[in-house]
Amino acid sequence: MADFPILSLMLAVPLVAALICLFVEAKGARTIALAATLVDFALGVLLWANYDIGGAQWQFTERVELFAGFSYALGIDGIALMLIMLSVFLMPICIGASWKSVDNRVGEYMGSFLLMETLMIGVFTAQDLFLFYIFFEAGLIPMYLIIGIWGGAERIYASYKFFLYTLLGSVLMLIAMLWMVNEAGTTTIPVLMAYDFPPGAQTWLWLAFFASFAVKMPMWPVHTWLPDAHVQAPTAGSIILAGVLLKMGGYGFIRFSLPMFPEASLEFAWLIFVLAMVAVVYTSLVALVQHDMKKLIAYSSVAHMGIVTIGLFAFNVQGIEGSMLVMLSHGLVSGALFLSVGVIYDRLHTREIDRYGGLSINMPKYSLFFMLFTMASVGLPGTSGFVGEFLSLAGIYQVSTWVTLVAATGIILGAAYMLYLYRRVIFGEQKNEDAAKMPDLDLREWLMMGPIALAVLWMGVYPESFLAPMRADIAALDARVARVKPEGDSLLKLAEPAIEGEATESDDHGEEPAHGGAH
Amino acid sequence: MDWSQSLRLIAPEETLTIAGLVLLLVAAWAGDKAARAITWVAVAALAGAAAFVVPALCSGATGPDTVAFLGQYRADAFASFAKLLIYGAAGASLLIAPVFFQRYQAYRAEYPVLILFAALGMGMMVSAGDLITLYIGLELNSLAAYVLAAFLRADDRSAEAGLKYFVLGALASGILLFGMSLTYGFTGTTSFEGIRAALDGDLATGALFGIVFMLAGLAFKISAVPFHMWTPDVYEGAPTPVTTFFATAPKVAALTLTMRVALDAFGGQADAWRQIVIFVALASIVVGALGAIGQSNIKRLMAYSSINNVGFMLIGLASATHSGASAMLVYLAIYVAMSLGGFVGVLMLKREDGEQVEAISDISGLSSTRPGLAAALAMIMFSLAGIPPLFGFWGKFVVFQAAVQADLIALAAIGIAASVIGAFYYIKIVKIMYFDEPADVVKGRSDWIHQGLLCLTALFISPLGYFLTIWLGGLADTAANSLFPAI
Repeated sequence: MADFPILSLMLAVPLVAALICLFVEAKGARTIALAATLVDFALGVLLWANYDIGGAQWQFTERVELFAGFSYALGIDGIALMLIMLSVFLMPICIGASWKSVDNRVGEYMGSFLLMETLMIGVFTAQDLFLFYIFFEAGLIPMYLIIGIWGGAERIYASYKFFLYTLLGSVLMLIAMLWMVNEAGTTTIPVLMAYDFPPGAQTWLWLAFFASFAVKMPMWPVHTWLPDAHVQAPTAGSIILAGVLLKMGGYGFIRFSLPMFPEASLEFAWLIFVLAMVAVVYTSLVALVQHDMKKLIAYSSVAHMGIVTIGLFAFNVQGIEGSMLVMLSHGLVSGALFLSVGVIYDRLHTREIDRYGGLSINMPKYSLFFMLFTMASVGLPGTSGFVGEFLSLAGIYQVSTWVTLVAATGIILGAAYMLYLYRRVIFGEQKNEDAAKMPDLDLREWLMMGPIALAVLWMGVYPESFLAPMRADIAALDARVARVKPEGDSLLKLAEPAIEGEATESDDHGEEPAHGGAH
Repeated sequence: MDWSQSLRLIAPEETLTIAGLVLLLVAAWAGDKAARAITWVAVAALAGAAAFVVPALCSGATGPDTVAFLGQYRADAFASFAKLLIYGAAGASLLIAPVFFQRYQAYRAEYPVLILFAALGMGMMVSAGDLITLYIGLELNSLAAYVLAAFLRADDRSAEAGLKYFVLGALASGILLFGMSLTYGFTGTTSFEGIRAALDGDLATGALFGIVFMLAGLAFKISAVPFHMWTPDVYEGAPTPVTTFFATAPKVAALTLTMRVALDAFGGQADAWRQIVIFVALASIVVGALGAIGQSNIKRLMAYSSINNVGFMLIGLASATHSGASAMLVYLAIYVAMSLGGFVGVLMLKREDGEQVEAISDISGLSSTRPGLAAALAMIMFSLAGIPPLFGFWGKFVVFQAAVQADLIALAAIGIAASVIGAFYYIKIVKIMYFDEPADVVKGRSDWIHQGLLCLTALFISPLGYFLTIWLGGLADTAANSLFPAI
């Protein structure tokens, strides 16, 4: 197993399938796409099964000197493993979600999605700075086509906005990368993660990377591309955007900003906190007044990602672990919510909340699933949302009680807009006849919703499965940023509790049993 | 001076001269009936000339062994790299021409002969080791190009393009000559080596004027802002195969010539001309990007795109380092492939009756009617925009890497941020081809030569191109070594 290039195979399977899809008929393309994504999922499971928890930091490494200036170097740690699992898990569901709803240019559609899968896995596996950049940027092309060709009425505006926003964000990162490589003399990410850049330069480098990741994440005020892109993209496109593409921003902060520029990260933590606090409160309030279901979920994504960024810049293990879990959970839950919207959109072809109502009468099974995902989005204990959000807030509490206070209102507001959405769509009178006639879930929809629901519950009940592979890597990151760890305001009262506080910090998994008790 | 040595070194020029003169005689007697045969012979002559320059490039020829005619001419690896690109682009412009001109009953035997003479002139430009060789090569190329621009005599636009090109080209030649005379006056020599030695130390104001005027003249030839105004008009008016030629071969020749002049003759005074090049580079990037947005003719759009690309290449020149020169050569090679592919794609846009389609609105929905052609054009557009994983990204990458290594970080940051403006109009073309309803105008079929060339260039700029990076980078490094003998 050690020498088998499983990561390359995971990149190659969807790529080859994408090329084949371009040349076959609609039915063949669907089958090939589903088969390829399932094979990749199986490979992903194999990868997880063979991942040696507590082993080397970087596993399954491959390195071939294929190109001038950078090398084809792959390898994963626990953080990357989890994000790869999220990608390969969501991809077959995306293909399933577009099985019937996409009927023009199916070959190109499936090809774009499979290409997207290759690029997403590439982003999380790349161990070379420029290889990472190429995978990171290349995703623009298929996503531009997916939104532009198969999207809704305003698709062209949305696709331009998506493309140009993200491009502008990431080109400055390229210059920063070139400077770093020039300075450090290597393109290997693990080496760069341990390299100490001069603090003066870190400021600029951090800002350049921030420009890219803040747009990708997205953070207020550069989040405006997201509601447009999400609303206009086809269902599967929204799932991938919310489920995986947004995670690239968080992954970038974990992989680059924090370990490579720790001093600058501390310097700008206030900026992150302010932007994220605004995001949490403001976008939650915006979500509350939406009439369009997809737009509501899109704004809720911005709010959730705000909590992720706050947790990352807590500079402690709880915060970062919590952020990772929120990212994984949000990937599943927002994907599932977009899927839920897609299910009823396929039936009635509208996303207007007012056009629905009383679905619990004619679609009870759908209502059940939708409720589970709503609760997970709210962060109810027992679902995946709770664990991550609790850990993030616990992490940030050690740094700033005020930030925690504001961020926690996001959870209350989240409950407000999600429950309000659920009430309007599922409960109440059946005021629209056509909505009242919609049939309940069919087998295909069961097969898509079921696995996500199981994963959401699994992560809520036993998060240890997901935390275990990442623990060592997050501890390593924590050790890396330890030298800039900010003084927390919640430990100021007495000397005695401060020592106790530190003791709990070093014993960073003391809260695990508490979560076990939460279900 | 060893005559036989010199004559051996100029073998590619001799091949082209003899082929051109013989074919001119053949054309005079056999008439236009023989035009196609002459075209093929001309392509063979270019291939032969290319075969002569390959050894110099592979062996990394540099130093006194490569100097012919007392320093007038240099057959070093740098010139060889440029010549390979020039001959390749000229050959492609020959191959795609007959079908195009046939439609207008206007294919004449002079076309291949003129291309050969232009290629000869460009070969001399890139091999110049002296201001006189430079000027003769430049004029030989330009005079052939003026005629080529006006080749479709019946077409007003073509005649207009030829006249505009001629008047403005003559003006630029005048500026260049003025700069050359100033340079000669303040250095007392016309050889690059001598100028470099004479300019050592403090720079006299007059010599600085010489540098400025020479760079202005050359900026016209590479269509860099603010001397770019002729480009859209000439590109639009000239027959498309000629536009293909203008966008590729003379661009290579003029840019490599600029490199030689700036890095060799004025190499010791890089600080004097760097700010000019930085301004010209940024202005070209921005004007090229903004100007393209409003265009409705695809050839005009490609003209602005070429202005934009020249700007990026000049960023490599601004760094004035070995890696900058090497990066420019890599970018040039990729740029030639992209332009060639782009214009061949434009040539393949034909109505049912064979009439060329040039309006951008007419290609809407091309992806549903001609998926292969649309995909190739979309790849070229994304590549020109520099979006990875297409190969166009690599050109920008190496150029910006060189700029960062030379500590020109602000230039690199502004340049790359401005490239986002350019991305807008490239993705607009993709949007028109992929997102809009089919206009169903493009129905004409193309022959195998066009299809083959398009496939070849599309493969080159596809992600497969990255497998060539080591080889291409190695060649460019070797070529750049000739400009920086110390390394």
